[in-house]
Amino acid sequence: MKYQSQAVAKPYFVAAIALFVAQVLFGLIMGIQYVVGDFLFPAIPFNVARMVHTNALIVWLLMGFMGAAYYLVPEEAERELHAPKLAIATFWIFLVAAALTVLGYLLVPYAKLAEMTGNDVLPTMGREFLEQPTITKIGIVLVALSFLYNLSMTFLKGRKTAISSVLLLGLWGLAIFFLFSFVNPDNLVRDKFYWWWVVHLWVEGVWELIMGAILAFVLIKVTGVDREVIDKWLYVIITLALVTGIIGTGHHYYWIGTPGYWQVWGSVFSALEPLPFFAMTLFAFNIVNRRRRNHPNRAATLWALGTGVMAFLGAGVWGFLHTLSPVNYYTHGTQITPSHGHLAFYGAYAMVVLTMISYVWPKLNGREANGNRSQVLEMWGFWVMTISMTFIALFLTAAGILQVWLQRMGANPLPFMEVQEQLALFYWLRVIAGVAFFAGLLAYITSFFKGVEDSPEYRPLAQEASA
Amino acid sequence: MSSTFSTTTARNIFYGGALFSFLLFLALTFHTESALPQRDARALLEANPQVAVGKLVWEENNCIGCHTLLGEGAYFAPELGNVYKRRGPEFIKAWIKAQPTGTPGRRQMPQFNLTEEELDALVEFLRYASEIDTNGWPPNIEG
Repeated sequence: MKYQSQAVAKPYFVAAIALFVAQVLFGLIMGIQYVVGDFLFPAIPFNVARMVHTNALIVWLLMGFMGAAYYLVPEEAERELHAPKLAIATFWIFLVAAALTVLGYLLVPYAKLAEMTGNDVLPTMGREFLEQPTITKIGIVLVALSFLYNLSMTFLKGRKTAISSVLLLGLWGLAIFFLFSFVNPDNLVRDKFYWWWVVHLWVEGVWELIMGAILAFVLIKVTGVDREVIDKWLYVIITLALVTGIIGTGHHYYWIGTPGYWQVWGSVFSALEPLPFFAMTLFAFNIVNRRRRNHPNRAATLWALGTGVMAFLGAGVWGFLHTLSPVNYYTHGTQITPSHGHLAFYGAYAMVVLTMISYVWPKLNGREANGNRSQVLEMWGFWVMTISMTFIALFLTAAGILQVWLQRMGANPLPFMEVQEQLALFYWLRVIAGVAFFAGLLAYITSFFKGVEDSPEYRPLAQEASA
Repeated sequence: MSSTFSTTTARNIFYGGALFSFLLFLALTFHTESALPQRDARALLEANPQVAVGKLVWEENNCIGCHTLLGEGAYFAPELGNVYKRRGPEFIKAWIKAQPTGTPGRRQMPQFNLTEEELDALVEFLRYASEIDTNGWPPNIEG
């Protein structure tokens, strides 16, 4: 840690991991409800568990991005953060708002929460992923403004690098597109059309800038490769991301009432959306192969390579699987969608945040890297979580294919619930993979407490020269 | 990458490409907005204030947390974009009122305690949704 104020990242990372645990626990509840329908009913109905699952995901990734940015921007700018106390105050406001919102989901019926928070004044609730009460949404905007003000001032007063420029551009984009969460016309088609301006333009747009910048930062640190090379890669990756991803929004406009030409625009451009993720994979491996030092934090390097590969598989390949409109006609709204959603969110965004935490956490605690025992445990966490999530995606894909066949393609299409009963085997396998994922997460968390103080193993630099 | 391709070039291609893509997206959005009146069943929405009320009932009970609507939402319970055509208005109301079924092991829908007016509005909203031109999706009535 070069600058004292980088330490504000700490509470953000702790909260991110805590929310990650909550997300997975509620995911397990939902996984069981898929096969034992009345599990925990009526205490936690499925829709409530799902809100907690998806909202916890969004908030922990945002916490992770924020922690990453509070660490990264001062280091790149070569100066202290503009207002460290503001960053800490913002953290507590964000955490309390998130906690109150989750308590609201769990303790009162959703309609009651809508009434208590005055949803009818400016109705924004009850849309997928944007279930937060309107006042929470306003709070998120204020938190984002405080965060962006702090980082932008730091950026403007210091050294401006490609990495920090791209990161800030991504974060500003994130905040600006979130404003569309306040757009909720009575017209359902227009509601859905602009809803995607938050959801798609986040995850297949500006978040890729954030991911690229974080990955580039960690790769510079762990490999010592020349910034010039890394900057070029970064610009190529994010060019591919936005050129394919923005018009690629069209792959959501096939069946929601929008004109038929979106099937052409959406299919062509979104078919190219794997390219930026493929470039990220090549980027990570290329840079690690050209490394000029062997960083003692081998776990961070593993995460950096892993996120490149898994983002390409989850977001790229699994996205391509159902993005062409003739295929999507049959798969739209089936288990194929969550199979892609799980692998993509884990591979791209969960893993890039864990990459940053892996690199930064020892630094924040005055170490170059954690001890061997800790790193080995962390790498166990990496493999168990990554393999388990791959199996979750595979089982949901199998369920989805069977669902499409039974409900939409056969000669005698079956009703939804009858089909669901026939998918039970795959849903059970998914629960098992989910439990394994949770075990991996526990191993990962244990790595923060076991053997962190031991000295890490340094491999001799000579090994490099021949590589 | 070769030295003829500089970081500045890469950066300029990025800004140019992103700006062009976004402007093209705005142009397509503008055209879509002009094409929607022929497709989005707005006549029903404008003629009947119950539709907007029904949409609010839909949202404030988080129906999307289990169901899909035009294929978007959660995948735990049936598609409802075409439920008006699949089941009809009376069945929809009776079904909502009868929840939860309490059948052991079966997925349970909560009791939302909707008033008769809210139920009627919700049905009108679902009728409106079923009239949207979705380019022939879903493939069959089962959704």
